[in-house]
Amino acid sequence: MADHQTDQNGTAPSKPPPWNDPVIRSIAFQIVAVILVGYFFYYILNNTLSNMESRGITTGFKFLDTEAGFGILMSLIEYDESHTYGRTFLVGLLNTLMVSVLGIILATIIGFIVGIMRLSNNWLISKIATVYIEVLRNIPLLLQIFFWYIAVLQALPGPRQSMRIGDSFFLNNRGLYSPRPIFEDGFGMVVIAIVIAIAAIVYIKRWAHRRQEITGEQFPVFWTSLGLLIVLPGLAFLVTGMPLSWEYSELKRFSFGGGMRIIPEMMALLWALTMYTAAFIAEIVRSGIQAVSHGQTEAARALGLRNGPTLRLIIIPQAMRVIIPPLTSQYLNLTKNSSLATAIGYPDLVSVFMGTTLNQTGQAVEIVAMTMAVYLTISLSISFVMNWYNRKMALVER
Amino acid sequence: MKSKMLGVLVAAGTAVAFAATASAATLDDVKKKGHVQCGVNTGVPGFALPDSKNQWTGLDVDVCRAVAAAVLGDAGKVKYTPLTAKERFTALQSGEIDILSRNTTWTHTRDTSLGLNFAGVNYYDGQGFLVNKSLGVKSAKELDGASVCIQAGTTTELNLADYFKQNGMKYKAVVFDTSDQTRQGFEANRCDMLTSDASQLYALRTKMKNPNGAIVLPEIISKEPLGPVVRQGDDQWFNIVRWSMNAWINAEELGITSGNADKMKGSKNPNVKRLLGTSGDLGQKLGLDNAWAYRIVKQVGNYSESFERNVGMSSPLKIARGVNALWNKGGIMYAPPIR
Ligand SMILES: N[C@@H](CCC(=O)N[C@@H](CS)C(=O)NCC(=O)O)C(=O)O
Repeated sequence: MADHQTDQNGTAPSKPPPWNDPVIRSIAFQIVAVILVGYFFYYILNNTLSNMESRGITTGFKFLDTEAGFGILMSLIEYDESHTYGRTFLVGLLNTLMVSVLGIILATIIGFIVGIMRLSNNWLISKIATVYIEVLRNIPLLLQIFFWYIAVLQALPGPRQSMRIGDSFFLNNRGLYSPRPIFEDGFGMVVIAIVIAIAAIVYIKRWAHRRQEITGEQFPVFWTSLGLLIVLPGLAFLVTGMPLSWEYSELKRFSFGGGMRIIPEMMALLWALTMYTAAFIAEIVRSGIQAVSHGQTEAARALGLRNGPTLRLIIIPQAMRVIIPPLTSQYLNLTKNSSLATAIGYPDLVSVFMGTTLNQTGQAVEIVAMTMAVYLTISLSISFVMNWYNRKMALVER
Repeated sequence: MKSKMLGVLVAAGTAVAFAATASAATLDDVKKKGHVQCGVNTGVPGFALPDSKNQWTGLDVDVCRAVAAAVLGDAGKVKYTPLTAKERFTALQSGEIDILSRNTTWTHTRDTSLGLNFAGVNYYDGQGFLVNKSLGVKSAKELDGASVCIQAGTTTELNLADYFKQNGMKYKAVVFDTSDQTRQGFEANRCDMLTSDASQLYALRTKMKNPNGAIVLPEIISKEPLGPVVRQGDDQWFNIVRWSMNAWINAEELGITSGNADKMKGSKNPNVKRLLGTSGDLGQKLGLDNAWAYRIVKQVGNYSESFERNVGMSSPLKIARGVNALWNKGGIMYAPPIR
């Protein structure tokens, strides 16, 4: 191998026979490895299925079409007892996705704020951030979830003594109730108006940017955008005759009915996941910012930039390169940790599908495999998006 | 969580895949280990709960103790695996336990599709409701719109849906993993009511901070025959568990107790003699010795002794025999004859 790389005669290196070509060789080995691994899994699966059959355990995915017969506390899609086990899978999946997505957004916001607070020159602010981070990072998440759940339930009054804002919003230990919007014919126009407004805003922003580069003149993009977002849909709403009404919650014998409701399990879980993960993100943000050389700040000062723009335009973009990889793993952790929901009765995928559905049907292998596939898919998607973002943010060497 | 899921999958899949032979001879396996591995609940007073000396006691526990007395000669040779409702069947299928004795309802689906067999009934139960007293509810028919605390993976979940649908009512179920969490949810006033098998309602109430704040409604909405479960395909082990229970129940019918078992060995009654092994070879037919049932009665007591000690009038639960009385005393507890 060494000799054809250091070929000094200038003649084309003679081609080695295929079994000696390192490229071909490594491809061949990889193919063999894949075949062996594939066969191993095939063997396990086959063996499992035939053993289960010989022991009288039902196998297969037919159960997904069977009527489920149990109720689920919260569902983003239409669901009742008469729907199928397949539907329970979807309901659980959406509930998992919902807390995960909301948790990721909130934890990121809080994490960034706390991370920056920690670096503040103000002694009190930086100490508050430190205490927050140290306390939350060092208490097991499951305990925190229980704590918030019990705290939420204890702090809130019963349905009859609800805290309320007028006749629209109620808060009690059964949840936070708000009116539900009911969209009537013509509301589509409003949606179209919103889309047009957004498109216009994007265009104006580009235009203003270009103009500023050429002439140096600034344009009040923010206020114009805000105006567009309010005026256009507002006009559409009025023109179509206000096609929107509200369904209010009202007190029934036991609790409130109608309207929209956020259940306390959701509040507690989301809060606990957010606060816990935010503590880790804060540390990541802090170390990311500290990794940016101090010379950058000094250079920004020399250019006359104030603190805010320095942080936003100079420091954070450079810090992001350090922040994104560990941030990705926090997002993955949050998603996986959301499965602790079962402990407080939030109907996530693990609770609904790997819990109740598994027990009603007894088809453990199929259901656990499906659940694992879901978590794997979610994790891979997050990694994929974050890797793409990472490449975008990476330093472009010029 | 990933690792827990993996654990379940490995238990459910790979164990089934590789341990296919392990199920065949549970008896040999148990004799080799020197103990019976018994799956019980995570702590329901009267059925399975570790006492102050960390000894498990309860009506479900006594089934395993009876089998250990019959097979190993010592009712104490049992090890316990506490299981939530969700974990129980997988634990049995994968061979982690030898007997599942965990207030488990005998149903068609469970008996036919899980690769398991129910060996009998040690308690006839039915599903009931525990309601917050301050609500002033007198009947389950008034529960439209109520929130219910309930345990995941139980027949309770399905019965509840059926009952409410049948009566044109709506409910919101808050589903927890263990009975302690379920009770805490109810006590924190998250739900208006808690539902489970009636026996367990009484048991849970003894654990509450304010037992008098909750009342049990009169309605019983389902049949819940609770009994021990074993793996399908090991008929000898199935027979041993089934006939240990039958001996336990028949001993009550024949008036044999832990106190008089030795004396009864001299009895002239042929039924008593067969049960205590002074005549016949019923023990050998199970692959055991002839004193198997004598040891059950001597060490565990007969069914009535177990019942009274754990859930009956001499226990905090104070449950009356009711349908669990013997067939000739107004109940439906009936064991086939020992002959
Ligand atoms: N008999 C029913 C219900 C059994 C059940 O799990 N009951 C709960 C009542 S709260 C229980 O005993 N839980 C005890 C535990 O989780 O350890 C079944 O077989 O599905």
